[in-house]
Amino acid sequence: MAQLTHRTSSLLKPLSFALSSTRHLSSTTPITVETSLPFTGHNIEPPSRSVETTPQELIKFFRDMALMRRMEIASDSLYKAKLIRGFCHLYDGQEAVAVGMESAITRKDCIITAYRDHCLFLGRGGTLVEAFAELMGRKEGCSKGKGGSMHFYKKEGGFYGGHGIVGAQVPLGCGLAFAQKYSKDENVTFAMYGDGAANQGQLFEALNMAALWDLPAILVCENNHYGMGTAEWRAAKSPAYYKRGDYVPGLKVDGMDAFAVKQACKFAKEHALKNGPIILEMDTYRYHGHSMSDPGSTYRTRDEISGVRQERDPVERIRKLVLAHDLATEKELKDTEKEIRKEVDDAIAKAKESPLPDPSELFTNIYVKGYGVESYGADRKELRAVLP
Amino acid sequence: MLIKILTRLVGGGGGGVAAAPRSVSFLNKTFRNYSSSSSSSSSNSSSVKKMTVRDALNSALDEEMCADRRVLLMGEEVGEYQGAYKVSKGLLQKHGPERVIDTPITEAGFTGIGVGAAYYGLRPVVEYMTFNFAMQAIDHIINSAAKTNYMSAGNINVPIVFRGPNGAAAGVGAQHSQCYSAWYGSVPGLKVLAPYSSEDARGLLKAAIRDPDPVVFLENELLYGEAFPVSDEVVDSSFCIPIGKAKIEKQGKHVTITSFSKMVGFSLKAAEILAEDGIDAEVINLRSIRPLDRSTINGSVRKTNRLVTVEEGYPQHGVGAEICASIVEDSFDYLDAPVERIGGADVPMPYAANLERMALPQVDDIVRAAKRLI
Repeated sequence: MAQLTHRTSSLLKPLSFALSSTRHLSSTTPITVETSLPFTGHNIEPPSRSVETTPQELIKFFRDMALMRRMEIASDSLYKAKLIRGFCHLYDGQEAVAVGMESAITRKDCIITAYRDHCLFLGRGGTLVEAFAELMGRKEGCSKGKGGSMHFYKKEGGFYGGHGIVGAQVPLGCGLAFAQKYSKDENVTFAMYGDGAANQGQLFEALNMAALWDLPAILVCENNHYGMGTAEWRAAKSPAYYKRGDYVPGLKVDGMDAFAVKQACKFAKEHALKNGPIILEMDTYRYHGHSMSDPGSTYRTRDEISGVRQERDPVERIRKLVLAHDLATEKELKDTEKEIRKEVDDAIAKAKESPLPDPSELFTNIYVKGYGVESYGADRKELRAVLP
Repeated sequence: MLIKILTRLVGGGGGGVAAAPRSVSFLNKTFRNYSSSSSSSSSNSSSVKKMTVRDALNSALDEEMCADRRVLLMGEEVGEYQGAYKVSKGLLQKHGPERVIDTPITEAGFTGIGVGAAYYGLRPVVEYMTFNFAMQAIDHIINSAAKTNYMSAGNINVPIVFRGPNGAAAGVGAQHSQCYSAWYGSVPGLKVLAPYSSEDARGLLKAAIRDPDPVVFLENELLYGEAFPVSDEVVDSSFCIPIGKAKIEKQGKHVTITSFSKMVGFSLKAAEILAEDGIDAEVINLRSIRPLDRSTINGSVRKTNRLVTVEEGYPQHGVGAEICASIVEDSFDYLDAPVERIGGADVPMPYAANLERMALPQVDDIVRAAKRLI
């Protein structure tokens, strides 16, 4: 079964400034926050808009999202410098989904997603060095450089990838939920997909079985409104993805609000453990194009992109909340961002030092048990190996 | 490489039946108290025990499910219907609906669910009513199962078995008759097995279920009812056949005939006919399409100097083509004649009985090809 170790998130840093200040709130004083928008339910009573949090969590949200944002922007530069090759799908703008979800669940719950996976990997306990090294194809990468951007995994943290085939991760996620139920684990699986994947047939096949067998599966549609270059209204007859489950209840959530995401995931986990599958539609947005090969501005206006950045940016929302509750000053938050920038730069430098994988790694991990079989390179007389 | 083949030639190829030692872990076993129907084969105490391939598969599944709580069976009609071809007869009654799962007719969905369960650590056996239907799920077999251990650098392995009838049945037409051994056999990360006899069926299925990697297990519908003699060793619950080793079903010295699945039977019949004309054929039962037992095949051809490859599937880019290439690369100087390939006709399978017969290899075809070499 999945081995699970509870690890303090590498994203959590000492809250030096919060504790040393003369603020009246201790880091664990409960604070109630209202979500920006109410939830909309499909065949279900939506949860309340009031979300419990603490100063510690608020600061953590800020830090984690700022770190994710910085990582993705740094990856953009690395890609343009040709240190990252092939496909690179960036998550900046969608950080609230990763961070809100993580705060509502444990590492015994499973997450599976498609190729926009860097930030989710970080949330599950992955380190910056592992991420950057993998992006640059180095041996310190989380997949030893053999996976690349789309194939980050961390089974011990409950993160099952990292998949390149649109939609395939949804039945796989329902399979994880099946195994959790089979093993009587009392945990759930979040199977994440985009508005583009929401029309996939295999999703409905898997959802049917999840509902039939009461699997603890939560299908999370990260609706950033564009499937590559195709807007949702051009791809889906019904872009109300939270309703597409028909007999499966659904919830529409403001995906730019980390607390709405937290509330929805907490609610969904309780539901799934008792009643089987539920769909969460996260209304979110990606600032970058579909991938680094896509400028992202041929099918959207720059006004739209900057409009979202101004009105709905997830990191800014938390910054305002932190300031409003007097948990830190503007300067302290800016210092945090500077620390994060340095942390990311240091990680990149360390990842750059990591060498490319050893040539023998071409033939490793094909099988767990190779039975001494021979495997061949391009010129089979020249390059061959015995699989252990 | 040459040295390796020569030393293995001396050691002989295959035929060994290694019982792999195993520590059995029993997790909370919940046996439902349904009627305990015996699902094993005939066990008469007369001299030679015989077992049908169907019973061999059934008993292998049953024993592996008893031994490891993580093993489960899912597919269409595997439960209440007792199996579309009755291979899973009695298993639902014995192991319960949590472990023998009837799925809707949604191959892509349930294959994905099976692979996801394997990611988590379960050991699913996914049954396809025929491998023709597995084409709907082939993305999961290849991209989700075969490649994951490599892409994750060993973080996630996929201990899953995909099994079901492969190749032609009788009169089922073009969409229900294709052989997929060449397709799956070309994919790194998969193991592809093709049993012939009941011994093969039991030993290879047990090995497949115990294997930590994804295995495609190609059965044959027409063989299910055929009975084969089985020794006490085969019937024992620890019996296992090593993956990647071919079996020399009949020793010979004039020509090597390689085959798998139903064609092994045809090749053995062809060998009997050839013997009447003084031609001593060596018949190899490949058992494993991937990994292919190149050393046994090369070793045999170095002895006989002649090769006929036999398969049911389309010859272009087929298993025989790969075997021919292997011989040309590694044993060229030992060939006294070009390699002959017998395969299915290059046509979609017709329905009319006479055309169907022409579309599939017959014993006469194998005999004729072997005689051309002498």
